[in-house]
Amino acid sequence: MTANALNRPVYTLRQKLWQIHWLFVLLLVAVAGIGFAMLYSAAGPAAGEGSLDPWASRQMVRFAAGVVIMVAVALTNIRLWLRYSYVIYLVTLVLLAAVEFGGTAGMGAQRWINLGFANLQPSELMKIALVLALARYFHGGSADDVRRPLFVVPPLLMVAAPSALVLRQPDLGTALMLIIAGGAIFFAAGVRMWKFALVGAAAIGSVPVAWQFLHEYQRTRVLSFLDPESDPLGAGYHIIQSKIALGSGGMFGRGFMQGSQSHLNFLPEKQTDFIFTLLAEEWGLVGGLTLLGLYVLLLVYCFAISLRSRNHFGRLVGMGVTTTFFLYVFINIAMVMGLIPVVGVPLPLISYGGTAMLTLLFGFGLLLGVYVHRDMVIGRLGAEEDL
Amino acid sequence: MHSDSDRQKLFSRRAAMLAGGKFALLSALVGRMYYLQVIESARYATLAEENRINLRLLAPPRGRIVDRFGVPMAVNQQNYRVVLISEAAHDVDETLQLLGTIIPIGDGEKRRILREIRRRRGFVPVTVRENLNWEEVARIEVNMPDLPGVMIDVGQSRHYPHREDTAHVLGYVAAVSEAEIGGDPLLELPGFRIGKAGIEKVYDLALRGTGGSSQVEVNALGRVIREIRRREGQPGAEVTLTIDLELQKMVVRRLAGKSASVVVMDVHTGDVLAMASTPSFDPNAFNKGLSAEEWRGLVSNPMAPLTNKAIRGQYAPGSTFKIVVALAALAKGAITPETTFFCPGFLKLGNATFHCWKRGGHGTVDLAKGITQSCDVYFYETARRIGIDRIAAMARRFGFGRRLGLDLPGEQPGLVPTSDWKLATMDVPWQKGETLITGIGQGYLLATPLQLAVMTARLVNGGFAVTPHLTRNMAAADGTTPRPRPASLGVAAAHLKTVREATTAVVNSLRGTAYKARITEAGFEMGGKTGTVQVRRITKAERDAGVRKNEDRPWKDRDHAVFVGYAPVHAPKYAVAVLVEHGGGGSKVAAPIARDVLLEAQRRDAARPEAGPLFTRIPGPGAPAGRG
Repeated sequence: MTANALNRPVYTLRQKLWQIHWLFVLLLVAVAGIGFAMLYSAAGPAAGEGSLDPWASRQMVRFAAGVVIMVAVALTNIRLWLRYSYVIYLVTLVLLAAVEFGGTAGMGAQRWINLGFANLQPSELMKIALVLALARYFHGGSADDVRRPLFVVPPLLMVAAPSALVLRQPDLGTALMLIIAGGAIFFAAGVRMWKFALVGAAAIGSVPVAWQFLHEYQRTRVLSFLDPESDPLGAGYHIIQSKIALGSGGMFGRGFMQGSQSHLNFLPEKQTDFIFTLLAEEWGLVGGLTLLGLYVLLLVYCFAISLRSRNHFGRLVGMGVTTTFFLYVFINIAMVMGLIPVVGVPLPLISYGGTAMLTLLFGFGLLLGVYVHRDMVIGRLGAEEDL
Repeated sequence: MHSDSDRQKLFSRRAAMLAGGKFALLSALVGRMYYLQVIESARYATLAEENRINLRLLAPPRGRIVDRFGVPMAVNQQNYRVVLISEAAHDVDETLQLLGTIIPIGDGEKRRILREIRRRRGFVPVTVRENLNWEEVARIEVNMPDLPGVMIDVGQSRHYPHREDTAHVLGYVAAVSEAEIGGDPLLELPGFRIGKAGIEKVYDLALRGTGGSSQVEVNALGRVIREIRRREGQPGAEVTLTIDLELQKMVVRRLAGKSASVVVMDVHTGDVLAMASTPSFDPNAFNKGLSAEEWRGLVSNPMAPLTNKAIRGQYAPGSTFKIVVALAALAKGAITPETTFFCPGFLKLGNATFHCWKRGGHGTVDLAKGITQSCDVYFYETARRIGIDRIAAMARRFGFGRRLGLDLPGEQPGLVPTSDWKLATMDVPWQKGETLITGIGQGYLLATPLQLAVMTARLVNGGFAVTPHLTRNMAAADGTTPRPRPASLGVAAAHLKTVREATTAVVNSLRGTAYKARITEAGFEMGGKTGTVQVRRITKAERDAGVRKNEDRPWKDRDHAVFVGYAPVHAPKYAVAVLVEHGGGGSKVAAPIARDVLLEAQRRDAARPEAGPLFTRIPGPGAPAGRG
């Protein structure tokens, strides 16, 4: 991907840098900053104390590395992403299959690839790869094509294959996100409403069947979600303790680093999946709404960027990334507040962990790339065109 | 591009719908957040506090039990135990192995320890061994650096320093049983002990005190983070007994090897100065927990070491009961001190012959001689004249036939038979012959050594219904403010004097049955009455086989030896009852014990703070207060 390969350079690198939506990046930094503060508090050995070790400091390094990657992705010519989207998808699918089935081939139960500063899970990468592949597919279809039922079959398979693999892991949260984000692209691409209704009906019809395939612990999670008090020290423990922490936070919270639920370890996974609870306990409703406000602002920009793009690929990629981001936010917060069952989905840019951070920043990189290349017009067959 | 603008319009429309959907979902999140953090906030705040705060009970120290001079009899001892905190130990097995070379740990113990470690959380100390001695503590302390996770912990355990000597009075404490739990939450504390017998049981509530509490902040694992509030409990009250520990120990020593009981009491106040029942047991063993073997040993012992014979042993009082019969007859006017009967060695009533203990007979006997020489015929005749019901009425006045209300559990009432009683329980009318044998303290009659001591006290204290008690300071705690002065029994002082003088002669006149056991020290002389209680008649067959004497018979069939006494004779202060099970004759076995006990009690009198110097207290007539 050297400059010589680009026979039609639209912008110079410096121009592209200027085109990056820096306000958006600033918002990301702000959200990540809140995350660092929460991780600092979560690591405190006692109430009133915080610690950079072991979480906040590492998270900062990861975020910095992620931002570099994000900018690099944003500066990459969007046609390149278009051209290689299927390749990326297929490679990711193979990796996913490899870690899935490789367990017996001596790789152990390891479902990630070590990148040094973070672990890359193929299932996370798939969240991006699927968006790219679907966007390319629908980019290549006319409005008439989209109406044909058969046209929808290949992308359905594109969604189904990785979802099935991820479900096998089993990772209900990621599978859900792949399916919903995929569905959002279908929807944005203009697939008819009745088809969604059909799939929806089929999905509901298959619930009893799916139930049989769920692991025991997944079933107890669903059941304990429906009635958490039935088993307060067992499966319902997470939800009850999380709600207690949230509720006791009240309007203004118990104060930074003063959350008794989190600091006395009543709250499980406080640095990862349940970090929103920590925030809401210590900073109250005000803190929670502030973070939610920042997320909404980011989402608004996401939509704006998607709508502004003059190429369909960019729009669909934008919508896919937007939806993925939204799903992270919604599923995580709804889960810690007891609105949906506990599925392992982290809070974007806040929860401790490199994988989701990398996925998101990679996705935002694509989105920023869509913004950078917003005025580039790419024909339906653009993937085959010369760059 | 036409198609692209179509697609864009569609996209924009659909994107708006998606945005709307997402906005709706995010609104739901906000709504939920508001519900949890504002509407339900108070409820969850309470739950968070409950999560965080753990109330722990603090066991109060159990009150001491001291004797009348404040000498401790039941104390709390620091109990050193070695505990293991598994999370602090690198390798539990290795640590135990090493610890096993310092203090012995049995294989069974080791299994129990490992089981407890598995069951509990890593920071909960598991007791490895209790009751370490100083040497063991020191050895462990020295090796501490090589024993990660091992700690010496100090607890409190009840200790009875005088062991067997005070067991029946003090009782013992033991772990709370399932059935006793309820009410006081202290009882549910692991390792808590409550009184199960004796003073420990009667005054358990006072001795126990009230528990304090400590509010601690705990984390989700139950580990204590810090203490928030602490409310100290009320330590248990100290119980002061009427027992004189030195006298008590002397009495127990004197009874060594016998199955016997002795009660010493103050005839005026009712203070029980010594109460012994032998053989005894070590109450400390109950605190630690008895092995099945130890328990079997205690229960199967024919001398019943667990039974306090002073209040639970019921025996026929034998000739000591003649005191009551004499007073009943004097009160009825059936006899006067001058009335004489002739004793040929037996008395015939219908077809039956009632023997006197002296085969050859006492000849002409008056009341004084009847008591002094314990003539059975005299009392057969006296009893026959007044009838069983008058004897019973007088016996009750002297404390027989009912519980005296001593502050110990398990006091037995004894039995005073009447004609109505026999008809009611046996459906057979009272027989005249039964009156006769009751007249010499045999038959259905049953009394405890305590009742015998009380009878003696009432005889010599001027006829007052003194009742026995074991504690000096607990009356107030019970709610029954200072003990009332005992009421008069309504027995004529002249009659009391007559009988008392006769009992003085029992010991101090040459012909008295207990003359050999008299106290020779001037001013310390005792009076009393002997008794020999037949447990089983010597059968014709045995007599023919040459069995005459008590010593020839198996222990179980031998007579009980009884003696009731008091001293000093000129101003009685102490009453004593001695009962030696299957000991033989009262004069030979029981009286010498009473002599030693009464002498010791009087000698110790000078040591009593409330008493003046001995020589001013007991001015012996013509004797310069002996060894005072």
